[in-house]
Amino acid sequence: MRSADRPLSPHLQIYRWQLTSVLSILHRASGVALSAGTILLVWWLVAAASGPEAYEGVQDFLGSWIGLLLLFGWTVSLFYHLCNGIRHLVWDTGHALDLESTYIGGWIVVGATAVLTLVAWVAGIARWVS
Amino acid sequence: MMASRMRSPLGRAIGLGSAKEGVDHWWAQRITAIALVPLSLWFVASVIGLAGADIETVQNWVGLPLPAILLVLLIIATFYHAALGLQVVIEDYIHTELARLGLVVAVRLLSFGFAVAGIFAVLSIALGSTS
Repeated sequence: MRSADRPLSPHLQIYRWQLTSVLSILHRASGVALSAGTILLVWWLVAAASGPEAYEGVQDFLGSWIGLLLLFGWTVSLFYHLCNGIRHLVWDTGHALDLESTYIGGWIVVGATAVLTLVAWVAGIARWVS
Repeated sequence: MMASRMRSPLGRAIGLGSAKEGVDHWWAQRITAIALVPLSLWFVASVIGLAGADIETVQNWVGLPLPAILLVLLIIATFYHAALGLQVVIEDYIHTELARLGLVVAVRLLSFGFAVAGIFAVLSIALGSTS
């Protein structure tokens, strides 16, 4: 068979979206996002060590709408990567690998991410305005 | 040490397959992941407590023994975990050998650099070299 005639594996864009594959790629995406977000953590700490002017710079940035947007993205990514990471650790023990369990676990991760993000932001805003 | 125990005698003799450096990579990724579960939850809770705080409050907090120790542990586990994870992503998607090698080296160096910067900041606050 000529190589041009060979059947191809389904292309990503015609493959039906499903929870398991979406969560799988999101684990990667959130991991990469968190890696970039660690720069924020280091910036915050170095500024706190440097003095009031540097620290004010971080506070102004984090309090701006782009800063808050980044912080929100960072929180969602962290909670998602954390919860789904635990799901991965369970899989590593050889448990919950059947199709039904991967869906149940997947929805638990989605729900836990939403709840944790909501709780963190309600608590954070309450603390900020007080 | 961990890796050599998990290799079969045949695998060790032939020196092929996943029993090269992959086992160490896999273990380190899991161990840092387990450490990061409590560390990152503690960190988020702490940062929420510090929302809107001035620099003195933050310095006082970072300077306490427990937060200082946990912050250093968090930084080490985070950057180790990130470097390992980014390496896998790079190796999966970058197919030119030179670009792949360059990116993996860059990720390693940047992770190490940022980790040292973060640890130094925590220690300089905790050990009192900032006012």
